[in-house]
Amino acid sequence: MSLAELICPAGTPAALRTAVDAGADAVYCGFQDATNARNFPGLNFTPDELASSVAYAHEQGTKVLLALNTYPPAGKFDLWRQAADTGARLGVDAFIVADMGVADYIARIHPGIRLHLSVQAAASSPEAIRYYCENFGVKRVVLPRILTIPEIRQIRKEIPCEIETFIFGNHGLMIEGRCSLTNYLTGQSTNMDGVCSPASDVEYKRHEDGSMSSQLAGFTIDCFRSDEKAGYPTICKGRYRTAHRDDAYYAFEEPISLNLSRLLPELIDAGVHAFKIEGRQRSKSYVRGVVSAFRQAVDDIRAGRQANIADLVALTEGQKQTQGAFETKKWR
Amino acid sequence: MSASPDTLNRATGLHLPGFARLSCLIAQPVLTRVVQRIAKRHPSMFARLGSHRTTDFLIDPVELPFALHLRPDPQALVLRAVPRHAAPRAGATIRGKFLLLLELIDSEEDGDAAFFSRDLEVTGDTEAVVRLRNALDDVDGSIAEETAEMFGPAGRAILARLRRAYPT
Ligand code: SF4
Repeated sequence: MSLAELICPAGTPAALRTAVDAGADAVYCGFQDATNARNFPGLNFTPDELASSVAYAHEQGTKVLLALNTYPPAGKFDLWRQAADTGARLGVDAFIVADMGVADYIARIHPGIRLHLSVQAAASSPEAIRYYCENFGVKRVVLPRILTIPEIRQIRKEIPCEIETFIFGNHGLMIEGRCSLTNYLTGQSTNMDGVCSPASDVEYKRHEDGSMSSQLAGFTIDCFRSDEKAGYPTICKGRYRTAHRDDAYYAFEEPISLNLSRLLPELIDAGVHAFKIEGRQRSKSYVRGVVSAFRQAVDDIRAGRQANIADLVALTEGQKQTQGAFETKKWR
Repeated sequence: MSASPDTLNRATGLHLPGFARLSCLIAQPVLTRVVQRIAKRHPSMFARLGSHRTTDFLIDPVELPFALHLRPDPQALVLRAVPRHAAPRAGATIRGKFLLLLELIDSEEDGDAAFFSRDLEVTGDTEAVVRLRNALDDVDGSIAEETAEMFGPAGRAILARLRRAYPT
């Protein structure tokens, strides 16, 4: 049965408390290193901070999921091993993993703690998901954002674990966990160093006419007129000039966020067990606004009422939202 | 859309160097007290700044006659009002309307959303700005209200009037 658990982002201890207070069923977070896919400067938790945060969450009946969802490069596995051991010692409720080596280590050394398969593993077929379940005891898969609701419904029938889907936030375009665009320009890897468009390589320039350009490692990603909304400086949402076009154009996708608030009942009906809100890099204000809006919506649906979700467009990238592939494969 | 400081200041006469200097002199004792108090009450926020504790930030509230120079070094904390024409070379500049900046400090507003809407402008060292944002976001409670409390009923009244004066 779908419980429609709300899985909420926590980039700092204060954001974690905000998410818990706003009604999160579970929060997900990471350490201050490359073991998680939001390895941003000044973000995330020290082991001491995680200890007190786990205590706070557990007092309110909220679970804590630790993201260890990057891929250890050869010779650096110790960092992931230590992170798993520390998380286990501090009493986290589940690990979110992508790499098979990390999954195998936790399954053998900490068999009592649940394993969730990160979206970074890009497991989108029943065959792939079953492989993780059978070999590492994975209890939940976070599905990549490329499937329609009928496809999710079908997968649910063919796998032995719970399904979690993203419902709000950043909307990456590439196969999750495989994107090398940042690596190409900056030398840092999204999937091994845990950061897409590292802030140290980003620069914003303000021009005389009020426009603003965003650059990554010296390459212009976009230039926003003074009356245009802006987006993140990620290559997949960049606007580029090419020889065959007169104007710059969004080659992959425009700045936009995922918002599935209108599809929640269908997702529940399809057997989705948990809903994930993206945004560990966002502020407490975002966490408070988005978590309370979805808390209210999920409670309304569970009680058989029409969900009346608050307007969240002001918090979306480029102030635009999409239902992406969940509604139709033709979204782009 | 972000307001241009030049347009605003020219319209109000706030660009005059003499007026800016006088405003700085009036604001400075308050700023010194505020920053020392915040640093004392929230020491853990410095860890999130990493090496950017010694970065010079210019915080530029577009409609005020002066900008703020912040160097968040716990050993030698600097928060001072500076006339724009005499502002130091900053590692990073954060520009927006005063109440927006105040609300960002207090996490009443989301920095990314303010950036998307172009109400907030960031230039210079982006990593420094991200670290400062994360450090401030991990502070519980309201820095604006703590500051207002320091000045008793008068402080609270000024903050309330300020909030009313700006449409949200
Ligand atoms: S460039 Fe886009 S698709 Fe690639 S990791 Fe970054 S956000 Fe994801």
